[in-house]
Amino acid sequence: MKAIVDGNEAAADVAYRVSELCSIYPITPSSTMAELADEWSAHGRTNVWGQVPTVIEMQSEGGAAGAMHGALQGGALSTTFTASQGLLLMIPNMYRIAGELTSTVMHVAARSLATQGLSIFGDHQDVMAVRQTGVCLLSSASVQEAHDMAAVAHRATLLSRLPFVHFFDGFRTSHELNTLTKLSDEQLMEFIPRELVLQHRSRALSPANPFIRGTAQNPDTYFQSRETSNPFYLQVPGILEETMDRFEELTGRRYSLMEYHGDPEAERVIVVMGSGIEAITPVVDRLNSEGGKVGVIQVRLYRPFPTEAFLAALPATARRVAVLDRTKEPGASGEPLFLDVTSVLAEAVATGRRDQLPTVIGGRYGLSSKEFTPGMVKAIYDELDAQTPRPRFTVGILDDVTHLSLDYDPSLDLEDPQTLRAMFYGLGSDGTVGANKNTIKILGSEEGTYAQGYFVYDSKKSGSRTVSHLRFGPNPIKAPYLVSRAGFIGCHHWSILERVDVLEFARPGTTLLINSPHGEDTWRHLPGDMQKKIIELGINVYTIDAGKVARAAGLGSRTNTILQTCFFAISGVLPRDTAIDKIKKAISKTYARKSAEVVRKNHLAVDSALAELHHMDLPVDATSEHGFIPPVPADAPEFVRTVTATMLQGRGDDLPVSALPIDGTYPSGTTKFEKRNISEIVAQWDAENCIQCGNCAFVCPHAVLRAKSYPEHQAEGAPEGFLSAPLNAAGLPSTRYTLQVYVEDCTGCGLCVEACPVKPIDQPSRRAINLEPKLEREPDVEAVKFFESIPVNDRARVDFGTVRGTQFLEPLFEFSGACSGCGETPYLKLLSQLFGDRATIANATGCSSIYGGNLPTTPWAVNAAGRGPAWSNSLFEDNAEFGLGMRLAADLHEQLARTRLAELRDEIGDAALVDEILQAPQIHGSELAAQMDRVTRLKERIEELSGPAVEDLKSVADHLVRRSVWIVGGDGWAYDIGSGGVDHVLASGRNVNILVLDTEVYSNTGGQASKSTPLGAVAKFASGGKHTNKKDLAMQAMAYGSVYVARVAMGADPQQTLKAFREAEAYDGPSLIIAYSHCIAHGYDIRKGLEQQYKAVNSGHWPLMRYNPVLRDADRNPFLLDSPRPRLKLAAYQSAELRYKVLKAADADEADRLVSLAQAQVNRRWAEYEELALRGADQFAEDPRKD
Amino acid sequence: MDLTTTYMGLQLRNPVVASAGPLSQSVEGIRSLADGGVGAVVMYSLFEEQLRREAEEVALLEDLYDDANAEALSYFPTVPQNNRDASTAYLRLVEEGAAAIEVPLIASLNGASAGGWTATARRLQDAGAAGIELNIYFVPGDLSMSGALVEERHLEILSAVKSSVTIPVAVKLSPYFSSVGNMAVQLDAAGADALVLFNRFLQPDIDIDRVSVESGVSLSSPIEGRLPRTWIAVLHDRLKASLAASTGVDTADDVIRYILAGADIVMTTSSLVRRGPAYAQVLVEGLDRWLRAHEITLDRARGLLSVPQDAEASAYERAGYVSALEKAKSTYGSLR
Repeated sequence: MKAIVDGNEAAADVAYRVSELCSIYPITPSSTMAELADEWSAHGRTNVWGQVPTVIEMQSEGGAAGAMHGALQGGALSTTFTASQGLLLMIPNMYRIAGELTSTVMHVAARSLATQGLSIFGDHQDVMAVRQTGVCLLSSASVQEAHDMAAVAHRATLLSRLPFVHFFDGFRTSHELNTLTKLSDEQLMEFIPRELVLQHRSRALSPANPFIRGTAQNPDTYFQSRETSNPFYLQVPGILEETMDRFEELTGRRYSLMEYHGDPEAERVIVVMGSGIEAITPVVDRLNSEGGKVGVIQVRLYRPFPTEAFLAALPATARRVAVLDRTKEPGASGEPLFLDVTSVLAEAVATGRRDQLPTVIGGRYGLSSKEFTPGMVKAIYDELDAQTPRPRFTVGILDDVTHLSLDYDPSLDLEDPQTLRAMFYGLGSDGTVGANKNTIKILGSEEGTYAQGYFVYDSKKSGSRTVSHLRFGPNPIKAPYLVSRAGFIGCHHWSILERVDVLEFARPGTTLLINSPHGEDTWRHLPGDMQKKIIELGINVYTIDAGKVARAAGLGSRTNTILQTCFFAISGVLPRDTAIDKIKKAISKTYARKSAEVVRKNHLAVDSALAELHHMDLPVDATSEHGFIPPVPADAPEFVRTVTATMLQGRGDDLPVSALPIDGTYPSGTTKFEKRNISEIVAQWDAENCIQCGNCAFVCPHAVLRAKSYPEHQAEGAPEGFLSAPLNAAGLPSTRYTLQVYVEDCTGCGLCVEACPVKPIDQPSRRAINLEPKLEREPDVEAVKFFESIPVNDRARVDFGTVRGTQFLEPLFEFSGACSGCGETPYLKLLSQLFGDRATIANATGCSSIYGGNLPTTPWAVNAAGRGPAWSNSLFEDNAEFGLGMRLAADLHEQLARTRLAELRDEIGDAALVDEILQAPQIHGSELAAQMDRVTRLKERIEELSGPAVEDLKSVADHLVRRSVWIVGGDGWAYDIGSGGVDHVLASGRNVNILVLDTEVYSNTGGQASKSTPLGAVAKFASGGKHTNKKDLAMQAMAYGSVYVARVAMGADPQQTLKAFREAEAYDGPSLIIAYSHCIAHGYDIRKGLEQQYKAVNSGHWPLMRYNPVLRDADRNPFLLDSPRPRLKLAAYQSAELRYKVLKAADADEADRLVSLAQAQVNRRWAEYEELALRGADQFAEDPRKD
Repeated sequence: MDLTTTYMGLQLRNPVVASAGPLSQSVEGIRSLADGGVGAVVMYSLFEEQLRREAEEVALLEDLYDDANAEALSYFPTVPQNNRDASTAYLRLVEEGAAAIEVPLIASLNGASAGGWTATARRLQDAGAAGIELNIYFVPGDLSMSGALVEERHLEILSAVKSSVTIPVAVKLSPYFSSVGNMAVQLDAAGADALVLFNRFLQPDIDIDRVSVESGVSLSSPIEGRLPRTWIAVLHDRLKASLAASTGVDTADDVIRYILAGADIVMTTSSLVRRGPAYAQVLVEGLDRWLRAHEITLDRARGLLSVPQDAEASAYERAGYVSALEKAKSTYGSLR
């Protein structure tokens, strides 16, 4: 059966059908496998033996591996899906499972590891890190192989009793759509005989036949016992060969452990594992056709290393061998595959099995999904032909430091001329990628047509750019690299072609489709360089105003089906009518069950698209005088102008090794140089009506609203667009106030408008801040420049205690790439305003680490004095511990600083300064500002002194300013994977502040359920609605008595949020703030996020509370219930959100049942809280710590 | 006293009927209405168009953020569907509600356009509804639509639904026709089995403190009964269709007034919401008590104070409704 699927689905489709249990945990790029398994299970899909497999989401990959181990001991056929750090967390169990000779397959979308930086993209670092555990490693190189090898692995594991890791390249294979011939249930049943399953089951633990497994062993027998498994490993190659033979009998598809391709008498041979093989074979064929005598070995079985098969595969004539590793093992004499090949060959020569030892060289390629193309392959064969090939090399990058990289010709093009190549530039969530996936499915379902799709996303969550790479043709498509020399290019948004050369991969005669709002005037608006290229290459240009068609069809801004129709019409890949018919059928298939209206409108759009499609008559000359919009301003710092700007232009691949930081350290605050202009509508301040309350600036997720008050004279010389009003405060008559909108950074989310309490009397539908379209932005840019020239307000004079006051504090978290209207970032911005100039931040992996630390530009910023939050991300699971370490270091160094300062009191010569520093209270903003000032003076003084104690003091003097340590992460971290760490750190008594940005779901990986997900909410892995109550983290933390705890929701009570942040930070002990963060994963127009927060609080779903041990110490009730008794039904809060609505639509009875249970839980919890709020102090635990 | 009544061809045990409202949103609610003593239950309205719109919104929201980010290709799982479409829950309630009570259960269909009505009406019939009440709901916002067109649309919808079901069909209409009586006659001619007078538009209100428009959901008050009562008095015995009075019923007195004006049945939601479903029995008993006290049967009381059939035909023709209204005026006194 033919299908178009990605590698994840190809593998999961087999794994699911031959398993009884999938214990999983989401991690990119493997999450899709687990999600599919969960959906299939929820929909009652059975495995080949008629049973619906159980899919269970665990709290971490360590948990998933543990559950899998247990299930295997219980005799169930168990599998898991993971990648990267997740696989590392499974290592302890992998040793166990292998040591016990247990049959299982773990499917891995192989991915980079977090080293100098995290990367979600593909290479073999993770699988290479488990090669020593005793699992067998089986590699797939394509979507079809991911399907077939999955089956091979599941059979071989049962035959061999050894666990398998079946892996394929993350993203390149896991996310590539390609034509797949599916195995039927019957084929799988025949392939995996029932006896094998029964044998597996017979080895299970059972009280009916008790035995003990998992003993502790001693020096007398452990070693020998470790050797008992040798025969099993020796059998594996034979078992796999037999399995692959059997597979061929069943399917006609032939595989081998070591697949050789090329001249049987090749002299130069490459050895490779994974998808890279498909870039190599066309080069081999080309070189051989030119008399090249070359070949390539594709390694499928890597562990146990099949020595015999390798020696048999490598032609005796080979005199030069290049072994490619998609990994890096710093400090080793070579990468793992290289070392295996070398030792096998050396041994073969030493034992006389081979006449001569070829020269073996080792190269690294493709780390973090770096492109691997035929041009690079050619460079490797050339290197093998050199007189003295480099023993170690890299390919695909420019290494100008250790000079390991090979030069290559990027233009080498060996693709099948019958394949149509197309590229589409879109914006995230505009539907371009979805429509392209659909196009591939349409074309791929045609008899005799093969299709491939691969999608590249940039690193932002709002306004992100997507590039779709599509290929279609009459022959199978094996090209695991991006499209170049495209025959068709679609630019689906005008803003893209203003910034990026969308014709970079055009060739003469390429067809270009532009979605243009400029109609017949389009040519004039194109950048000059683009015009030149169009004329030079004779580009065939079509335009359509898809937005207009979409609006007319009632589709709003959704243009994807319109542009898809145009593609089919212009490209001619299918007869026009057939194409239109198929597009419509696809629309019906997707939406018929959900909404007839959606179907109707899209059909209408398809029908009306072609009338608006125009072919452009090309002028003879380029006339445009404007070029591309530069990525960063000319006055940006050098690193930003060179390195960052190159990344922003999509040319980061060109950066040489020397350009990049050696240890992952990057300058702070670079988002401000990237003026993204992603929204046509932006906030506009109404100076006249504004009451200067600061609510808008408080909630702005992107820090694009900044307030300053300043003496009148500073407004002199202001440009025209600069707005100002008298400061609305008593006693400051000649002071002005400005709320500046950074229009180029505004995402148009509208939270500010929703937060604004003002309704001008003559304009009841407006506020004192409104969203308005703004195409001409120059006056605003000038206004921002002028605004920045006004000094920020003196922190010593700002009222930190009110929302109104905080607007005058400079945000040191700005312009992040978070989703437009993000519910998390306002809290981080507040943190940065209040404590940013003395904060270190440990950030758990997740949304906040991505918008907080994903290159090219990062939002944590610095103030004019050069101070700002120092931010780092370690891992997902260890963040609480990571932050605690920061605290411990700060405490040590504060102590050291105080000791040295006291010792040097006389030498410093300003005893009063020293005493003040040592005794200064550092709670309030004014006190901290004064201390910062004293420490600055101290630093100046000791600069002139010398001696060991002085050097000590210099190195730690900054710790004399109270360090604010923040531990930040989402609920996936705090409630699940990092729960143990959070608990331990809260119990440590140390002065850390834990901020949980609670979206009640794993947001970053696409909405999987966490233990924070509320009862009844639909999420991935809870597709029938979550069936447990949300964990009450606040109550858990309160139990210690020494932890400050707050539950806040900015949209319900910003003042309470502010109070909680300040109390938490001031508390000399562990603090926990649980912050309600609305999220796109809740499914509603996020502009209403604040309203939903209000409803969450007022329905009792999210009661606001604080628990302050300081009050307990003062003999007062430490539990403060900050929100009023619920006034809304829980259902009234839930009814706006898709996560509840989908269940209501799918299964109203179940939704009703769950909502009434949830309501009862809310009532119960409220009663408990009320009771707590009324208790006497002595009914709470005392803080047991000593002062 | 015998209170049995025929309404749109259905035999009711008494003429007090629960009108479309919030009490019939669950099987328990429907059962409690029937147990409370009403002669029939009209279900809350199926706002089908709204449901469709919501379904569209949900469908769009579901993929709004799809394929936007390398780590999250989607944000929602595909939820196993127990419901076929947006109307399924309502249909199931009709099915379960009809089975749960002895008195007829009338489904109510609310909307403004012609599409989708017929199929849904048939499904309501299949689900066990004893009748269908069409709640044709034009929000008077389209200034280009003529009165004639509005009337035409009513007739179109009625005919379409009538042709697709065999159960009786009532039309609940608004009082805002330039010629309400004529509209009633036209609907009667087009086959309406009953007319329900009147629909209450939920008119928005203005909050002067917040300077905002607020939704104007409120229960009706007895004074609002005068307008429907007047028209019932005019239409009584002049149509084949049954007449149902709706709006402004608070006590048994209001029920009696409607009966005297000529209503076949009297509907209420407000009084049942205010006082609970069991209050229906109080209304029924009040009617019964009044009939006994006046020693008159229900049938004789009904229309006792309607515009008499023998009102001068020429006057009726000459001055149309005006004269009828004048007549009514003379019967009732001031219309104020």
